[in-house]
Amino acid sequence: MIRFDNVSMRYPGGHEALGRVGFSMERGEMAFLTGHSGAGKSTLLRLIMLMERASQGQVYVGDQNLNRMPVSQIPYLRRKIGVVFQNHQLLFDRTVFDNVALPLQISGYERDSMARRVRAALDKVGLLTKEKLNPQLLSTGEQQRVGLARAIVNKPQLLLADEPTGNLDPELSAEVMGLFRQFNQVGVTVLVASHDLDLISRLPYRRLTLDKGRMIDGG
Amino acid sequence: MAVSNSSQRQSGARKQGASSQQPELKARGRSYLSHHAEMAKVSLKRLLATPLATLMTLAVIAIALSLPSVFYVGLQNVGQLSEHWQGASQVSLFLSDQLSEAEGRDLALQLQSNSQIAQLSYLSKDDALAEFKQFAGFGRALDQLKVNPLPAVILAVPTQDYLSPDSLQSLTQLLLSIDGVDDVRIDLAWVQRLQAMVQFGQRAVLLLAVLLSLGVVLVVGNTIRLEIQNRSEEIRVVKLVGGTDGFVRRPFLYTGVWYGIGAGLMAWLLVQLSVWYLGSIVDHLIVLYQSDFELQGLGFGAASMLLLSAVLLGSGGAWLAVLRHLRAIEPN
Repeated sequence: MIRFDNVSMRYPGGHEALGRVGFSMERGEMAFLTGHSGAGKSTLLRLIMLMERASQGQVYVGDQNLNRMPVSQIPYLRRKIGVVFQNHQLLFDRTVFDNVALPLQISGYERDSMARRVRAALDKVGLLTKEKLNPQLLSTGEQQRVGLARAIVNKPQLLLADEPTGNLDPELSAEVMGLFRQFNQVGVTVLVASHDLDLISRLPYRRLTLDKGRMIDGG
Repeated sequence: MAVSNSSQRQSGARKQGASSQQPELKARGRSYLSHHAEMAKVSLKRLLATPLATLMTLAVIAIALSLPSVFYVGLQNVGQLSEHWQGASQVSLFLSDQLSEAEGRDLALQLQSNSQIAQLSYLSKDDALAEFKQFAGFGRALDQLKVNPLPAVILAVPTQDYLSPDSLQSLTQLLLSIDGVDDVRIDLAWVQRLQAMVQFGQRAVLLLAVLLSLGVVLVVGNTIRLEIQNRSEEIRVVKLVGGTDGFVRRPFLYTGVWYGIGAGLMAWLLVQLSVWYLGSIVDHLIVLYQSDFELQGLGFGAASMLLLSAVLLGSGGAWLAVLRHLRAIEPN
């Protein structure tokens, strides 16, 4: 599902965020990406989303070579990937429902099937009763779950998360992590970047460890 | 992890990718159209949510559009007026005082047979004085005079075929050569001057329209640029979840269209108000000039053109802003 061949990423200004990283993930696999902050976790996820392009090496997603993907195709790549951020990136000028519906609206769903899917996604994260609220009125944990609902509403083949439990207490973290596991169980490939080693070590998934831009374990 | 044959895997995945979770084409078409309608509605609502700011922007655009339009209306009217007068251009023959009234009338009768002249009338010295008193308002002053200073006049209207500048010139030469004719004046000269001025005016209006249109594009462009900056967060999220450039662009283009429609209508109103305001003065002038001329407003065709160009300029400005500023906003 994901493959990195000797990928290096150097930002303008010379800072090397990733150096010769190689790893791959099978379809339907779940893995954690760990490492100190600044180790290159976010950069690696950004490369998968084509928010950046690798300076060297090849990145494959679903066996498409991202280096060769024209800019016009990037939106269609992103539609196949669900993504959750620590700072959830919700829009506060619309309801929870409309936030979750955004990817479907973009993909061209009609109102009826859109509403069905949005409610299914909200139900999955336990927020069905809050669809009409503004996300600003929700707790941090709930906002994070709205972000998760938005990430999975389009039934992506790949789910990425960047520190999804960063702002949550241990109990909520475990709950959110449980949701990721559920999605993985129905066949979604899941890659979660997290430095919450406590939580990760209790879960039976592969760990990819980055240190100063090098993959030192799990690759 | 084993590295398998990448080209083989690639082609396999393409097929799989095409059949992945996507609504069917027809549904997407309907959804596309409904998204257009939705964005038109949303962008209108956003404009109405800040009525004062929107009104000010509309006013700036409307004034810029109405200025050349008012001048255009003015020129159309002047042009119409001068055509109206050219048809009735007159040749005035001022007769020598040595000619008696009877001789003058004889001369008029002789000229009547000339094929170049359609219509002819004779004004004696007394007639001329009476008319002058009536229209020039010098009644009292003229009463003070002991002798009538005005010459007798023959007013001739050339036939339609002899209205060109050349034939009028030769007619003038011919008339001047007649004994007892002191001077020949053609009313046409000032009509021609007026027409030249109208032509100059048309150029000036065109120039003004081009410059002000550029101004409209810049005003709309700048307004949309601010709007894009205000909504950069939304744009980032939309791009992150796979929104195409077209999707992101849509609400802003509709904003431009709305500015165009609003400002176009407002400009039309301004033009009609100006015509109405100037109309009463013009009516007074027209009475003084003994004409049946009526001030014309912006006709249906010109009004449609005004509205259409307003919409084009509005969306053009929006397009420019979107092209320049949307690319720069990427998810982070």
